Amino acid sequence: MTSAVTNTPVACPGCVAMPTQDTGTPVADARLMLSLPTIHCQNCIASVEKTLAAHPGVHSARVNLTLKRALIDAAPEVTAAELIRRLEVTGFEAYELDPAAINETATRTAARDLLMRLAVAGFASMNVMLLSVAVWSGATDTTRDLFHWISAAITLPAIAFSAQPFFRNAWSALRAGRLNMDVPISLAILLALVTSLWETWLSGHHAYFDAALTLTFFLLAGRWLDARARSAARSAAEELTALEVPRAWRIENATPVEVSVAALQVGDHILVHPGARAPVDGIVTEGRSEVDRSMLTGETLPEVRRSGDAMSAGEVNLTGPLTLRATAVGQDTSLQRMAALVAIAESGRSRYTSLADRAAKLYAPGVHILSALAFLGWLIWSGDMRVSLNIAAAVLIITCPCALGLAVPAVTTAASGRLFGRGLLIKNATALERLAEVDTVVFDKTGTLTTGHPSLTNWSALNASQQRLAYALAKASAHPLSRAIAEAAQADGIEPTPLDEVIERPGYGTMATVERTNVRLGRPEWVGIETDHDGLCAGLDSGTGNAVVLRFEDKHRPGAVETVSGLQDLGIDVILLSGDRTSAVDRFAQTVRIADWHAEMLPEEKARFLQRLKSDGRRVLMVGDGLNDTAALAAAHVSISPAQALDAARAASDMVLLGRDLSPISEAVSVARMATRRIRENFRIATLYNIVAVPLAVAGLATPLIAALAMSTSSISVSLNALRVRGRG
Amino acid sequence: MNVLTYLIPISLLLGGIGLIGFIYTLRSRQYDDPEGDSRRILNDTWDDHPKE
Repeated sequence: MTSAVTNTPVACPGCVAMPTQDTGTPVADARLMLSLPTIHCQNCIASVEKTLAAHPGVHSARVNLTLKRALIDAAPEVTAAELIRRLEVTGFEAYELDPAAINETATRTAARDLLMRLAVAGFASMNVMLLSVAVWSGATDTTRDLFHWISAAITLPAIAFSAQPFFRNAWSALRAGRLNMDVPISLAILLALVTSLWETWLSGHHAYFDAALTLTFFLLAGRWLDARARSAARSAAEELTALEVPRAWRIENATPVEVSVAALQVGDHILVHPGARAPVDGIVTEGRSEVDRSMLTGETLPEVRRSGDAMSAGEVNLTGPLTLRATAVGQDTSLQRMAALVAIAESGRSRYTSLADRAAKLYAPGVHILSALAFLGWLIWSGDMRVSLNIAAAVLIITCPCALGLAVPAVTTAASGRLFGRGLLIKNATALERLAEVDTVVFDKTGTLTTGHPSLTNWSALNASQQRLAYALAKASAHPLSRAIAEAAQADGIEPTPLDEVIERPGYGTMATVERTNVRLGRPEWVGIETDHDGLCAGLDSGTGNAVVLRFEDKHRPGAVETVSGLQDLGIDVILLSGDRTSAVDRFAQTVRIADWHAEMLPEEKARFLQRLKSDGRRVLMVGDGLNDTAALAAAHVSISPAQALDAARAASDMVLLGRDLSPISEAVSVARMATRRIRENFRIATLYNIVAVPLAVAGLATPLIAALAMSTSSISVSLNALRVRGRG
Repeated sequence: MNVLTYLIPISLLLGGIGLIGFIYTLRSRQYDDPEGDSRRILNDTWDDHPKE
């Protein structure tokens, strides 16, 4: 068991980046779901579907471009890992999703339900508008009454169906003793219906049936946009949770059995395969390996673990299989204790009130007072209940937040649609507004600004025979450094030296014989060379006496340098925080040109650093991926994490970066700033219409025609203004 | 004015047909992937003959 390391031949450079635990997980369900963050056009759809359909076990494959997802019906033996590998060869990033974790019905029915109500309101308002135009252009007496009655017959059932969401929200707000946007909306709709019915009964001149319906229609449009944007974000967030299937291998009667992580207990013996993450805290009882602690600490150098050493949950086993005796499971693991820090940081985060909420807080009471004053004023002045009620209704209809209801959702939908197209997912409704206020960006290093995968830096310093030997030895191991060597060799198209008696010694390296000479690739001290390189390195002993050092570096992600300089151009301070050693952080900070960096930070220190920035009055955007960042992510004003981050880190952040490229971040900041500007503009446009129309309504000069005009023009101009956020891309 | 007795029911009927059509498209999940559907018409895979 101890040295049974599977030698997975690497088919393409794309597969090297794949975490090994993904390979060969059999999926019981025949329905597979893949996330495809980079697809964007008809050619992508066609080639993804063709690639997937080319697999013999796949029955059907359908790409959904809007959700950037593929749904595959396949034979039970087909694994997502195989399909992902095929897609990566074709050039598409793909991630497996757990279909069970995606609660599609709940998120989608809400939006569908609103769309249905929107359609009914639209249909009814068009018909009533036709009749109303006839009235406005001069229909009189019986004809006008007939038209009013027909309008009433259409309007009442249509409102009863379409306006239900507003009535329900208003009722629950009133019951709780609060006022929200829906209270003036419901009141306006109901008052308009009552006065119009009364007018129609007495064959009056003015009926507001069309106004009640168009009001419902525009407001439902705003609600629907909002629900749709949110359901898209929520389903994508669920998608990310679906990426991690919590499984562990428990040793029962000397054979490992796959069980759910939740079923593990203290004292259980658990097998951790190379490439897998430790599910519990424990003591190593068998095996020897190296572990990657970067998710917990940001430290890039792997650490050796042998029998008797402690291992904490979240550490990734790199080389040999390890058996752990669990000492803490579930909520008690150090991983979960770290997650508890997040809860503390989050409770400290002040509740952010969005622009829309602030507008509603000013608006709702204002409207009621205005319309009540108009009613009382007219009642006292004219003593006519009917006239006063009519005027109060007109005031409510004209001031009703048609444009306000559209102003925010239209902008956020356009902005989040644009960012989603670039691979940035907005999880939180107010995240865009908060992002617009950002003046400082704090980056984590390992896994955020860097890829988290080492790459070889001094490959060309080796001679041809050393390169061939290094490749041959590296192929025999799944260690990340070996994979980096294999990647470099494959890029140069080098043939490996034939080897005999290849043995991998977990925690040390790989040894073999070539023409009866011993050759070794592994830890420098094991190979027997001194090195002053303090970063990641390995030694290669080619048997001729002169061992060489191979140096590795955690390369920065694509777009990292551009993102940093782009943010600095926007006038934002960029700070680098890392748990890694000072020398490594210093070198890295120079390559990405960040002057302000802090190394060897513990998770609590990161969170405290953010709190300090906050108390200095700074608005901080935190970008991080590891468990050591989660508390800082929660403490920041707004936070982003990459899709490859731990679940806890993603849960703590407001936005998730879906692709590997970092450049959407700087674009997000400028889009967010633009979006907030548009929202404010929209509020101003809506206010302007009110300033013009409200005096008319209070003076009793507003006719249903004027109400309809004011409402439609303000709604349309607000929507058009919002569309400008989309840009030309 | 008698013409109204035909025209109003006709206009309601036509609008109603449109509404029913929309509800049908909504129920048959035709709005699940608007972006993909608008791109798929540019795909030339089934240009020569329809899919069996």
